Amino acid sequence: MLELRGIHKTYEGQPLLLGISFAVDNAETICLLGASGSGKSTLLRMIAGLESPDAGQILWDGNDLAFIPPHLRDFGLVFQDYALFPHLNVFDNVAFGLKMQNQSKEKIKKRVAEVLEIVNLTEFEDRKVTDLSGGEQQRVALARALAPRPRLLMFDEPLGALDRALREDLLNELRGILHRTRIPAIYVTHDQEEAFTIADRVLLLHDGLIVREGSPAEVWANPESVWAAEFLGLGNLFEGLTVEGLKVRTEFGVFAVKCGHKHQVGDKVHLLARPLGSRNEANMIRGRVNDVIFQSDRFKVTLDNGLFVYLDEEPKVGQKIEVKVKMECLG
Amino acid sequence: MRRKSNLRAFVPLWLDRPLLWFFPLSFLLILFFYPFFRILAYSFNVNTLTADNLNFAASVLLFTFYQAILSTLLTLVIGFPSAYLFARFDFPGKSILRALTAVPFMLPTVVVAAGFSALLGPRGWINLTLMNSFGLSAPPIQFIGTLGAILLAHVFYNTTIVTRLVGNTLSRLDPKLEHAARSLGANGPRVWWSVTLPLLRPSMLAASLLVFLFDFTSFGVILLLGGPRFSTLEVAIYTQALQFLNLPLAALLAFIQLLCTLIFSILYTRVVERSVVQTAPRSLLTHKAKTGREKIFVASFILLLSVLFILPMLALPLRSISRLDADRAQLGPIQTGLTLDYYSALFINARGSIFYVPPFDAALNSLIYAGATIVLSLLLGFPAASALAKPGRLEKILDPILILPLGASAVTLGLGFIISFGRLLTYPWLVPLAHTLVALPFVIRILQPALASIPDRLRQAAASLGASPFRVWQNVDWPILRRATLSAAMFAFTISLGEFGATSLLTRPDYPTIPIAIYRFLSQPGGLNYGQAMAMATILMALTAAGIFVIEKMRLPGAGEF
Repeated sequence: MLELRGIHKTYEGQPLLLGISFAVDNAETICLLGASGSGKSTLLRMIAGLESPDAGQILWDGNDLAFIPPHLRDFGLVFQDYALFPHLNVFDNVAFGLKMQNQSKEKIKKRVAEVLEIVNLTEFEDRKVTDLSGGEQQRVALARALAPRPRLLMFDEPLGALDRALREDLLNELRGILHRTRIPAIYVTHDQEEAFTIADRVLLLHDGLIVREGSPAEVWANPESVWAAEFLGLGNLFEGLTVEGLKVRTEFGVFAVKCGHKHQVGDKVHLLARPLGSRNEANMIRGRVNDVIFQSDRFKVTLDNGLFVYLDEEPKVGQKIEVKVKMECLG
Repeated sequence: MRRKSNLRAFVPLWLDRPLLWFFPLSFLLILFFYPFFRILAYSFNVNTLTADNLNFAASVLLFTFYQAILSTLLTLVIGFPSAYLFARFDFPGKSILRALTAVPFMLPTVVVAAGFSALLGPRGWINLTLMNSFGLSAPPIQFIGTLGAILLAHVFYNTTIVTRLVGNTLSRLDPKLEHAARSLGANGPRVWWSVTLPLLRPSMLAASLLVFLFDFTSFGVILLLGGPRFSTLEVAIYTQALQFLNLPLAALLAFIQLLCTLIFSILYTRVVERSVVQTAPRSLLTHKAKTGREKIFVASFILLLSVLFILPMLALPLRSISRLDADRAQLGPIQTGLTLDYYSALFINARGSIFYVPPFDAALNSLIYAGATIVLSLLLGFPAASALAKPGRLEKILDPILILPLGASAVTLGLGFIISFGRLLTYPWLVPLAHTLVALPFVIRILQPALASIPDRLRQAAASLGASPFRVWQNVDWPILRRATLSAAMFAFTISLGEFGATSLLTRPDYPTIPIAIYRFLSQPGGLNYGQAMAMATILMALTAAGIFVIEKMRLPGAGEF
């Protein structure tokens, strides 16, 4: 089991990570989700041993890894731009880690064939890696990382360079492979869809800290911070003032919001209005339709006051509408 | 479909290509290929192919290979760590040191020879200092006239090739490749051995071949620093042609020389074509030396490079203004100290001088020749480069032909001139013609990318806005070409100024150039002659340095290195 305790890192004079702690359980896939430049990749490189933290500990089964060089850590790493060795063919790329373990030729051959089958690249062994497509290259990179049976796999935005359709296919395949091999994995991305698809647990990284941690459903249902709600694109965000009777006055109206924050009258609070219309809700947003965008199974409707909602039926532009929506207080 | 050229407005379509090619090709035909075939004819002659001649040629060839291989190995030994130093580490004065190591590559051989002589020669700083402090009667260090001198000068010349070619690849290697290897269980040495080194191999091979080619055809260094004991093909051609007047044997040697350089040039082009490497943005990779081992490596190599590259270039100008020993074979106490005598003596045509003219006239000759070379090589280079910038079928064939003179050594060119135009040798203008032949490939290589960088759309846009063909050239082409033209001109200028190989065969005694004057001064006895050699070499070094400075300033971003 991998455990990080209070990792701090400064990069070029700027504090980047301000105390990161988390653990990865056996057979678990966690996803570090954050904007670019948030230090996700740096965190991976520190776990891999390619960089060292300014403070804090990285442990495996309780043993500090600080003095274990990267080549003895047994952690597989998959890069965004694959980092395949251009002077080696597919076989030799995949066999690289096995050769470093000084395995016998027959064993290497067998294992390479095995992992190439896992990633659906049988019969690619003799191909030059520079002749492969992006998707094929990424499969080779995955096979190369899998081959030496690492005790942990790390993915640094592995699908960032691929187009959307290919990304979805590979992501599902990767999910299957991770479940079957039961290798614990850390997946770094800035794409929330990718994160929610692949992860058992999502960690949101912001301003050097993990601001939210939980299963994809938990994080989605309860972002807990304005930044997280905005980053995940959960809905309309706006400010308001608490008034008598647990109500909040905003520029879009007065809403009754239940929350556990124990606000005083006059406190400034942030509200999240989920865009999906729901009949059982008490709060209602209203406005004149400004724009309607068709989105295959629904319509995204933008109002003249800037709010947006999703509707099943197409309203007319200029029409006045009222929609009941879920309203949450983010503190 | 034929593409448009900017000449099209003036001449019929079917004529523009042949017209572009007419003058450059005629020039090459008369001055390169005709002499080349005369050399061939001379060497494949029953009277030439005797056992004696072949034996001599074989022994010369053997030594040529021997010194070139040794020099190349030594250059790699110094150059490879330097490449690593520049590609991976940050240290104060890095850009200055890098620039300094690049200067020798463009310095004339006579200047380098004079520099090493000023440092390590019998009248150089080190020997004279040792003699004065210990009261010795003879110089304690024998440097000039040894194989060591040749090797050191070659290292001095060519290290920058290794540093640039290998360093470029090294600094563009994606660090993620090494990271991937480490995460797959490779320790430091294995990463180096199984990833970094294989990726560097093509550029190391290219650098080695190029260095070897330059060492193989080296002339001035061997003649001036090696002395009569050492004879490479190049030097043997010179001595056979000029001292023994044995033109057939010289031609045979020149033929062997041409064959060898051709093979190496082809090998080099092949290797360069294959050296494509995964690249990454450069700046991310350098860092300050951190560990103790790194610090020792960085410090010792900075010191080594400074000593190797700065001392000879510093010793020369200092020696040219210092009187350290007697001017003539005078007895009694010698007045030592700073002096400008060596410079003022350049203006005096001393009685019994080895020149028919004051040495200063040599400088004027050099400048006139250099000016002629600039004009000629630009006049011939522009049409050739314009045609090559938009290659058609014709250009695919002509491109390698144009570059051939680059592979031919200067002495071979000179010999070809002697054999072909023997009667005309009384005319001093053969020298700038030979210089143009040497400079032309470089000039074309500088102009071609600049010309190719101008899309026809720009010219069409200008024409559609009402610009006449001349106005198009004036307002579109010229502003873009100005820098490249200046750079090409300075290249021709520095090449002509320092050219020694061809000039030494072609020059008339009463029209010496600066390098010839330096060579004559260096081979004469006496402190005054030596001092004047130092003074002239210093002038030549300053002129060349100014040329290099302009070229570097004008360098197109992203233009090739070699």
